[in-house]
Amino acid sequence: MPVSGGTKWILRIGSAITLAFLYFPLVVIGIYAFNTTRVQTWPPASLSTRWFSDAFHNTGVRDALWTSVRVGLAATALALILGTLAAYALARYDFFGKESVSFLIVLPIALPGIVTGMALNATFTQILHVSLAVWTIVVAHVTFCIVVIFNNVVARLRRTPASFEEAGADLGAVPRRTFVDITFPQMRSALIAGALLAFALSFDEVIVTTFTAGSTETLPIWILSNLQRPNQLPVVNVVAVCVVVLSIIPVYIAQRLSNDPVTAVGTVTDIPAGPGN
Amino acid sequence: MKRISVYAVIAVIVSLGIAACGSSSSSSSSGNAEFQVPKVPIANTIGKGEGQLNIVNWVGYAEDGSTDKKVNWVGPFEQQTGCKVNSKVAATSDEMVTLMRTGNYDGVSASGNASVRLIAGGDVRPIDTKILTNWPQIDPLVKYKPYNSVNGQMYGAPHGFGANMLAYNTKAITPAPTSWSVIYDPANKGKVTIYDDPITIADAAVYLAATQPSLGIKDPYELDQKQFDASVALLKKQRPLIGQFWGDVTKQQQGFAQGDLNVGSIWQYTANLLTADKQPIATTLPTEGATGWSDTWMLSTKAKHPNCMLEWMNYIQTPKVQAQVAEWFGEAPANLKACQYTQDTSFCKTYHSGDRAYFDKVKFWATPTKNCRDGRGNICVDYSQWVQAWTDIKG
Amino acid sequence: MSARPATAPEKRPARGHPLAGLFWRIRGLRVGSLLAAPLGWLGVVYLGSLVVLLIASFWTLNEFSGLIVKGFSLDNYKTIITEPVYRRIVLRTVSLAALVTITDIVLAFPIAFYMARVAGTRSKGLLVVGVLMPLWASYLVKVYSWRTMLSTDGVINWLLDPFGLHVPTSGYIRVWIVMAYLWLPYMILPLYAGLERIPNSLLDASGDLGARPWRTFRAVVLPLALPAIAAGSIFTFSLTLGDYITPQLVSNTQFIGNVVYANVGVANNLPLASAFATVPILIMLIYLFIVRRLGAFEAL
Repeated sequence: MPVSGGTKWILRIGSAITLAFLYFPLVVIGIYAFNTTRVQTWPPASLSTRWFSDAFHNTGVRDALWTSVRVGLAATALALILGTLAAYALARYDFFGKESVSFLIVLPIALPGIVTGMALNATFTQILHVSLAVWTIVVAHVTFCIVVIFNNVVARLRRTPASFEEAGADLGAVPRRTFVDITFPQMRSALIAGALLAFALSFDEVIVTTFTAGSTETLPIWILSNLQRPNQLPVVNVVAVCVVVLSIIPVYIAQRLSNDPVTAVGTVTDIPAGPGN
Repeated sequence: MKRISVYAVIAVIVSLGIAACGSSSSSSSSGNAEFQVPKVPIANTIGKGEGQLNIVNWVGYAEDGSTDKKVNWVGPFEQQTGCKVNSKVAATSDEMVTLMRTGNYDGVSASGNASVRLIAGGDVRPIDTKILTNWPQIDPLVKYKPYNSVNGQMYGAPHGFGANMLAYNTKAITPAPTSWSVIYDPANKGKVTIYDDPITIADAAVYLAATQPSLGIKDPYELDQKQFDASVALLKKQRPLIGQFWGDVTKQQQGFAQGDLNVGSIWQYTANLLTADKQPIATTLPTEGATGWSDTWMLSTKAKHPNCMLEWMNYIQTPKVQAQVAEWFGEAPANLKACQYTQDTSFCKTYHSGDRAYFDKVKFWATPTKNCRDGRGNICVDYSQWVQAWTDIKG
Repeated sequence: MSARPATAPEKRPARGHPLAGLFWRIRGLRVGSLLAAPLGWLGVVYLGSLVVLLIASFWTLNEFSGLIVKGFSLDNYKTIITEPVYRRIVLRTVSLAALVTITDIVLAFPIAFYMARVAGTRSKGLLVVGVLMPLWASYLVKVYSWRTMLSTDGVINWLLDPFGLHVPTSGYIRVWIVMAYLWLPYMILPLYAGLERIPNSLLDASGDLGARPWRTFRAVVLPLALPAIAAGSIFTFSLTLGDYITPQLVSNTQFIGNVVYANVGVANNLPLASAFATVPILIMLIYLFIVRRLGAFEAL
């Protein structure tokens, strides 16, 4: 669509404003991570790196970080399985109740977190009488991570025609072979992108986690409880800055993967030059 | 196949529903308002420590050096007993009750408006005072109170007491205030802070007890409908003045330091932190009196590490630790011997430790009940109404 | 063309899973076995929990001890319906959700359009990364940072003072600003994906038929982007509806999330909180029905 030069500049400025808006608070956090005092006045009186060493030696944050990673990995793994199964069913088949199924899958992320959290908490504590632990957090996270995987995979499956799989079946491959050799390679980058997004969602989730964690501390819960302790606020800032900086890597990978040429419809790069062609 | 799985799901949901409806009530609902205390085993021995301790406490009660390197009594406890302490800071008594009811914690530092509910709910165990090694030195003022004992049976180890003070920015509020009227003064619009908890209605009642004697308020926690409505009306009138409902101490601290707040109710602990950061703040106990809290460490019925908790109760009551705790938080210690170990020699005098006249003037947090407990009968407003009114006040 | 002999030893063809035939013949079996696990999970774990929540809304609290009484009572619903403060809070929250959604659509459109249709491949990739990065910063820290920035001695007042302006004191406006900030990436990304999907041929055709760029935008781009806008709005609307942390940290104003949390997380009044929680559930269900008709589910 021909966009006039003037419009292009307006768009550029608009985008710059939005990006500045997005990053301004992060820059402020970054500055306060170097603040000398506990109290966050502006402008900061002086700068120091003392909080970085405090953060490094803090065992609480290390434990919480490790718990978050474990929960994230477990939730992502389960969500991958459940989300892919559901996506495959909805993308490849038509059946009665298809709309309702997609509605149900979206529901956990569409309903406010506090509702999901309360509902799960009530079930765990009032009905099942189990105590809250790491596994209850994982159960909660899987529930809303499914939709993230589902979306990515279903979008990818819709773009890749079923003809490849049918061709494989025609050639004698059993369903499992078809999946491993044909479907999975096409879905792989969608799975990874979805997995990264699901992990990010689980890693930073706090509301549902508060209701299902009991006395376990994930990183967001650690942050929440330390925001209440006067001296820990700068340490929290440091932790936040580190997480953002470290996350550049997975985000970049995810972005590269969603441009994976293998999965682009209609490419011929994968059709092997065979005998008799 | 699809239909079968749908039916299966429906069946599970229905059975969950039946389970929910069918479960019997676990409370002892009482016809009269004097509660029946559930039968709960008394703690009368301390066995071997379990190696861990999970407690719910007020901020500043379980310092491990992370707030200030020099302030650490958790570390020595861990070394002495081998019980590793995990402390969960709670902002309000309601939160403490909720947390204790999850069964994930071994003990709690309960104020009067939590302790009674915990006792009535069977969540905490009676303690045989013979296992409390410092019991003889404990201030008689805090022994066998209605909020930590039933029929002469103690339900915990007293920790200390203090009042909710009036704090003010010395540069912004001059001359120094002596009355709570300053927080109801429209001149301070947007700069007032009060505690974010329904129990704050009692603060309004304390003020009205002095300024509107015709209402006849004697106990700010046992208010009949007329007294209650007057207190709520006062708070609603004050609503536009509020700059912050403080629930966590950091929020209030930042508020005062960043100029958002100039005056309001505070714990001495927060004021001490602000003073340490060279902020212009001072506190006072106004002429009308104040609400306050008298805290007791209690052992959970569902404690997974009861022996460690009992060790903690003994440890926290030893004189030297009591002195540390009291000076750090800014409260009167329960153990009178602590007064010999405080760094400030006049500390106990300033905080009225052992001072009966002062103690009786502070209206310690209690759970409002229907039964007025002073002969008026069952006409008082109970706590669930306080909670609903608080939502209404905040608007 | 003559058949050529195989040049490599052939593997024996796989015998096939014994059930493969069965799965092939009965279609329902295939779909059913695929959906059994995810539906089972969502149905039992999620829907089951929601049912428990609904049932809990009919329970009450013992006056004295505060313990839950698992009977049947409509008291909680009576309270929410008759007390005016709850109605006010619901209206306030819904209006805020709408406001935040509209704000985010306006803020997201320029950058999403730029990313989708104007930017080169390299900048597109960088911009996507740029928009995703703030999502990795902890939500809590971002809100706390806004709290500090909006305080009387904070950076925003420091910037506005020379102009004689001031940070808004109204809690509603402060929460609006912070939430519009927090959910912005959730609106940019679906919108970008949706705008990218619009085929160039449609836009060329519109031009060929004589429409000027602005007309093309209004008549072709906007309607086609509507599913994406609707998809993004699910997030902004739902996240605003249930958030209790942001209002608590940057304002004194009560929204649905605060009241629910104050009752369940603090006052241990699960029944009242559950009853009040049915309100956002109902609102979101209605909202989901509306946006589904707009095609949002395909554009998530």
